[in-house]
This record gives sequence, structure tokens and C-alpha cells, in this order.
Amino acid sequence: MLCDNCGERDAAVHLTTIVNNEVRQQHLCEKCAAERGVETSVAKDATKHPLGDFLHAVQQQLTVPLADGGRCTFCGCTMNDFRATGRWGCARCYTTFEPSMRELLRRVHGNSRHQGETYQAPQPALDEKATILGELKERLRRAIESEQFELAADLRDRIRVME
Amino acid sequence: MIDLSLLPDGGVRWLDASGPNADIVLSTRVRLARNIEGFAFTGRARDGERLRVLAQVREALPGIEGMTDNVLFRVDDLSPVDRALLHERHLVSKELAGLDAQHPLRTGAAVFLAERLGVMVNEEDHLRLQALQSGFALQQAYAALEQLETALGKRVPYSFHPEFGYLTACPTNVGTGLRASVLIHLPGLVLTKEIGKVLAGLQQMGLTYRGLYGEGSEVVGNFFQISNQTTLGSAEDELLDKLLRVVAHVIEREEEARKVLLRDAGYIIEDKLWRAYGTLRYARSLTFDEAMNYLSGVRLAVGLKLIDGLSVYTLNKLLIFSQAAHLAYAEGRTLSESDTNLARARYVRTTLEKESGSVG
Repeated sequence: MLCDNCGERDAAVHLTTIVNNEVRQQHLCEKCAAERGVETSVAKDATKHPLGDFLHAVQQQLTVPLADGGRCTFCGCTMNDFRATGRWGCARCYTTFEPSMRELLRRVHGNSRHQGETYQAPQPALDEKATILGELKERLRRAIESEQFELAADLRDRIRVME
Repeated sequence: MIDLSLLPDGGVRWLDASGPNADIVLSTRVRLARNIEGFAFTGRARDGERLRVLAQVREALPGIEGMTDNVLFRVDDLSPVDRALLHERHLVSKELAGLDAQHPLRTGAAVFLAERLGVMVNEEDHLRLQALQSGFALQQAYAALEQLETALGKRVPYSFHPEFGYLTACPTNVGTGLRASVLIHLPGLVLTKEIGKVLAGLQQMGLTYRGLYGEGSEVVGNFFQISNQTTLGSAEDELLDKLLRVVAHVIEREEEARKVLLRDAGYIIEDKLWRAYGTLRYARSLTFDEAMNYLSGVRLAVGLKLIDGLSVYTLNKLLIFSQAAHLAYAEGRTLSESDTNLARARYVRTTLEKESGSVG
């Protein structure tokens, strides 16, 4: 097959793209691919992609059983979920999987320590917090009574965070 | 259909070519990824959680400078054409617009837009704050964004970890959550075949590049988005500074390449670029890729002063308004692929015709 672009050399790169929901296939020779900025050597080498590297690292980590039991208490995310999606489930996953996290972040970013701006979340005043907690618990009780389980789960999460 | 006149500037102020180096750099975008404490990340959250995230942001934003007159688009209520339109204007990501096969449209997907700032809600992270500027203007974009981020962080609690920084769904964004990108046109480096070296150099510097629409998109029309690769381990200003220095160098290389082209292949280049103009001026059907490639040529010709009387603003508008959803929007109906190509050629032709008196 000849290159779609120059029509001279053999196509070596088969590029599938989705533009405006349309799948398109292009067949390019290495030269034209490189001119269009398609890095063939990099794309083939999955370990050079940051997430590829990361997931590879996760795979290796999994051969060693996790000391932390491997399930986030807030969102229920497991290492397997992470492997499948490449996404964590919630902020607490970072604490749940902390021992592995440090090494994994080092592989992605070359560093695991944040050097940028620091942040202090706004804290509701103590008595205000107690009022909100009381109200949330009352709402949770009512949600369970009326079998609104989705709402109940939401409320339970909020109570956990506040406590 | 969506009423874009609600936006103070149609969301396309960044096209006006008023920024520094606007003939080579179309736009500068900086975004910060943030999540709100107390909710699972978007991908794992229930509908109710995502709607509460949206409600919190909706309540917090109006009091913030730069966002007082924001316009909210509930992306989850929009038709596919309207969502594609926002995406083509670079106002929402493909994922938020539900145009990505892997990520169907989510309940609670929304975007708040103000003049140069935007807040995507329920993208991969709860919040994607972004600033968009014309030309090469990293510091200006970040300054506006930082102000928004700080003010919003006083009203809603962000998820932050003392060691890992701002926490994000994808580990590639954790830390600063900052991704700064510059949309740059590099036909000189492509034509002189120097581009491979330049792109390899970027990767060595910890930077990366993508196509016109960001992650996963193909490079068309010699437009590259150059951005930082890592987000953790360097402070925000270090990340920005590195990108600034490298992009300034890439601009210099592009300018040198253009000089070499003119010097060594003057008439060949001139002929090629005028042919590109001729095709755009008279073609009756244009595919998107064709239009992009010819527009790239004409843009280069304007940069080299081989074609006079055509503004960079017009060229920028042609890039955005000749996309499929924009054409469908202008025609007021959905278009088949062949109708889209006809409409595109007609739009490009009439736009160039208006300025043809001064082109030479």
C-alpha cells in the first residue's frame, strides 16, 4: 500500500483518528508521518508514554500483595479499578494507596513531592459544623426510612468527610 | 439551538490576533485541575453527587472577580451539534462534550464562561479552570487564572494533600494540576524537515505536543499544541517558565526556517502558497483536512508577507468557523459529509472574497 500523502513510498504507519465523531484511517509512510508530527518510534514504545509507564509500574506493584487491603473506604476503588481506567476514584484513594502511590508518582513525574502552591481548605466554624452534622444525620435517618438509598449513600459520604 | 450571543464575546475573543507573536502562536491556554472535597471524583460519582458539585460551583462563582457575568451552559442538556460547537471553539473538552466514545455525556456536565475564563464542571475532575488568551501570553493567562482559583478555593474546599498537592482523578495531573499549552503554527519547520528534531527536543525538556484539539488529536495544518508533560515536583512558575523559554526558542527556530525557505526556494514557496490561496478562493468543495492544510499555506504566506491585505484575524476565524458543527449551526440544519464540504468551501470562498479587493 502506498502512502496517502506522498503516494510514493510504502505506507508504514496506519493512523486511525476520530474527528467530529467520524473514524478515519490514514496510511502514511514513515517520512510523511514524521513530518506530520506522528512519532512512530515513541508511540510504539509504550513505556515512554507517562501513563503507559505508570500502568506498567502498577502491574509490577501488583505482584507484591498490598498491605493496605486494596479497597478505598470512601469510594470503593481498588487497584484493579485503577488499572482498568487509569483513574482514581476519589481524593481518599491517595491516602489508601499511599505506599504504592509515592513510587508510582515518582515514575510518572520523576518526583512525588508537590513543590507548588500550598492550600488550606476553608473550615466551617465548629458550632456550624456540629449543626450541619446533626442535620445531615437526621436527613440520613429519614432517607433510610423512606428507602431513598442513593440519597442515603450521598449523605453517608458527606457525614464521613465531616467527621 | 444554543444562543452563543449570550457570551460577551462569543467565546472567541482569543481569535482576535491581538496577542504577542499572534501570526505564529494562535492562542495560549492554561488550565488548573481541582476536585472538591467530600465527593467521589466525577467518573466514580453518582448523578446526585455531580449535581451537588455543580450547585456548589454555581453558588460560589458569581461573587468572584472575572466571573461576575458568567454564562452557564448545561452541557448535559445540549444537542450533539451544540456540544460539538462548544468543543470546536475550544471552550469545552471532548470528554465534557460527551463526544468521546469512551466517555458518554454525564449528568451534571456544565461549563461557566466569562470573557477570558472558563470553568468546566464534572469533566474528568470536578473542576477544570481555564484561561485562554490570544497569542503567546502565558503569564497573563496564568495571572487571571490564579486569581480565579484562589477566590474559588475560599468558597469551596479543594482536595489537597500536603505531600502530593492537588489531587486529581488521573495521576498525570496531580500536584499543581497545571497544564499550560501554546497553540503554535510551524509550517517552516515542517517544510524544512526540522520539525522532528524540534519535537524530540521538546520531549527531552519534559514538554509534550498534541494536535489542534489537544489530547489524542492528530496534527493537521501544521498546528501543534506544546504543553508541559509533568505537573508534580516543580512549582507553577517553574513549569510556566520552562514552557515560556522553550516556546520562545521554537518561535525563533520557526522564523529562521522561514527565512531559509524564502532564501533557498523563494519562487517555489511563493507559487505553492498562492496555489493554496487560489484553491481556497475558488474551490467548490473542501474537506476539513484540505481546508486546514491550505489555510496553513496562506497563513505562512501572510507571515512571509508574500500575500498582503489578509488579516491574521480573518485566518483565525476561518479555522474555527469552517469546522463541521459551526457550518451546521450557520446553515441551521444538520449536514451530510458532502454538504459539509460544500458549505465549507462556500464559507471560505465568501470570506476571502470580501477581502479580495485588498489581497495582492
